[in-house]
Amino acid sequence: MFLIFLADFSVIKPDVGLLLWTTIFFLLFWFVIGKFAFTPIANALKKREEDIRGSLEEAENARLEMSKLKAENEEILAKAREERAKILKEAMDTKASIVNDAKGKAKEEAQRIVTSAKIEIENEKQAALIEVKNQIGLMATEIAEKVIRKQLSGVDEHENFVGKLIDEIKLN
Amino acid sequence: MRFKTIITFSILIFFGSASLNAGQEENHGDNHELSCEDISHDHDFDAGTTAFHHIADANVYSIGPLQIPLPCILYNKQDGLSMFLSSKFGFDNLGHGDGHYAYEGYVLDGGTVRMVADPNFPKEKTEIKGIVHDIENNAFVCMGDQMYPTYAKSTADFGLFGGGITPFFDFSITKNVVSMFLVFMFMLFIFIKIAKAYRSREGQAPIGLQGFIEPIFVFIQDEVCKPFLGSKYLRYQPFIMSLFFFILGLNLFGQIPFFGGSNVTGNLAFTAVLAILAFLVTNFSGNKHYWMHIIWMPGVPAWVKTILTPVEVLGVFIKPLTLMLRLFANITAGHMVIIIFVSLIFIFGNNGTNLAGGLGTVIPSGLLTLFMMSIELLVAFIQAFVFAILTASYIGAAVEDHHEAAH
Repeated sequence: MFLIFLADFSVIKPDVGLLLWTTIFFLLFWFVIGKFAFTPIANALKKREEDIRGSLEEAENARLEMSKLKAENEEILAKAREERAKILKEAMDTKASIVNDAKGKAKEEAQRIVTSAKIEIENEKQAALIEVKNQIGLMATEIAEKVIRKQLSGVDEHENFVGKLIDEIKLN
Repeated sequence: MRFKTIITFSILIFFGSASLNAGQEENHGDNHELSCEDISHDHDFDAGTTAFHHIADANVYSIGPLQIPLPCILYNKQDGLSMFLSSKFGFDNLGHGDGHYAYEGYVLDGGTVRMVADPNFPKEKTEIKGIVHDIENNAFVCMGDQMYPTYAKSTADFGLFGGGITPFFDFSITKNVVSMFLVFMFMLFIFIKIAKAYRSREGQAPIGLQGFIEPIFVFIQDEVCKPFLGSKYLRYQPFIMSLFFFILGLNLFGQIPFFGGSNVTGNLAFTAVLAILAFLVTNFSGNKHYWMHIIWMPGVPAWVKTILTPVEVLGVFIKPLTLMLRLFANITAGHMVIIIFVSLIFIFGNNGTNLAGGLGTVIPSGLLTLFMMSIELLVAFIQAFVFAILTASYIGAAVEDHHEAAH
């Protein structure tokens, strides 16, 4: 009957003993290897995956941080450059004003020196003139003396004459 | 997926009924009374029988032609439980696992234990002449001048495939059980080692065995578990991984030539257990939306629901059924094709009488076998992967959070 075809084909007839043993071995496999190997391995893999993802994220963050810092540095540098230019400009201005002041002062001083020199010269000139007048007076007196020695008459005339001479000198 | 099952069943029934007719005709043509005289003819070479013998589970473990006895744990209603090594049957160490003795009312027939149906049959170790089979493959023990009918082991197919419940149950450590034990121990060893490596080398790149298994593990995790199970993947991952690695391990173990060649994943009992577990995990994890979609699909007219509901309810059972049949059929077919290719040598060699025919077939048959074995290597991975990914998709559909906007 139907049996003839399948008579020897025993693999299609599930043996009760094999059903039992398969159940035992598969459940053992599932619970023992599952508990002591599959689950720990899966957890280890998951942890490693998360670690790698974390590390990559950290690296990315560090990179972003770096570029941010770089931009900041750039900004600071630009500001510094600007500041330097400003300071330089100010220094130049200051220099110019100082030079100008100095120039003015120097001029003034020179003027003053010149003026005081002029006054000095004038004074010296006056002194010299007085000296000269005195010398002339003395010389006149000597002359007068010599004249007197020569001509004792007319003292008054002489004195007038001398005075006249002195005045003339003074006027000069 | 449902269509596939229907087609599978149709094919099964078609071929079943075709051979039924053929068998009946054969039965009419070869209508002689079975007797103990047939013992000598019972082992004439037949490729089909050889293939069925090699893919079957056995109470002996064969490494090449060497038969290693295994523990038998047998139960029958009259005598209760008996435990002994299958060496008690006195089979030839280099043979096909046919016992020369009956022990405690049991005999060994081609590596499989059978129980003598006659309650008066001697229970102590008794020498037997041999075992003969009728056309329906019922076995008869010849002892003295008498023929005693036997019971086959009880099977859980409810008589559908020619088995059914008999008074005798076999819970022995069979060839398949030993294979499962070896694969389990091997997997336990390597996975515990790898788990240790993950602990001792935390955060570092994998090396050695860990580096070999990690890509496979990550592949299943990223291609199977995460896409189908979403955020809940860690909860179901051990189950999916167990399915994948247990099936893969057994598929590959069964392909080691001369090392038992055990056909565990090609045994319906094995795939049935995995399918039942997949069914249980899926339906016990099913949320409200999952059951709503099966029993009362939202958003369709009431008259459509009357068609849809039976289809969906059937689908719940058909899904694990396809899982069971797909793996079983693929692996069994692979084993059988390889055995048939090897058998070509014996067919063309007329079972040793035609030396030229036999030798002439060695090379083409060997090449064909090598080709099939490389295909089977691929199939071992593909079928383990398919079982895992489909189970993940069924569980995924059952635990998925539905949003009303998605309809």
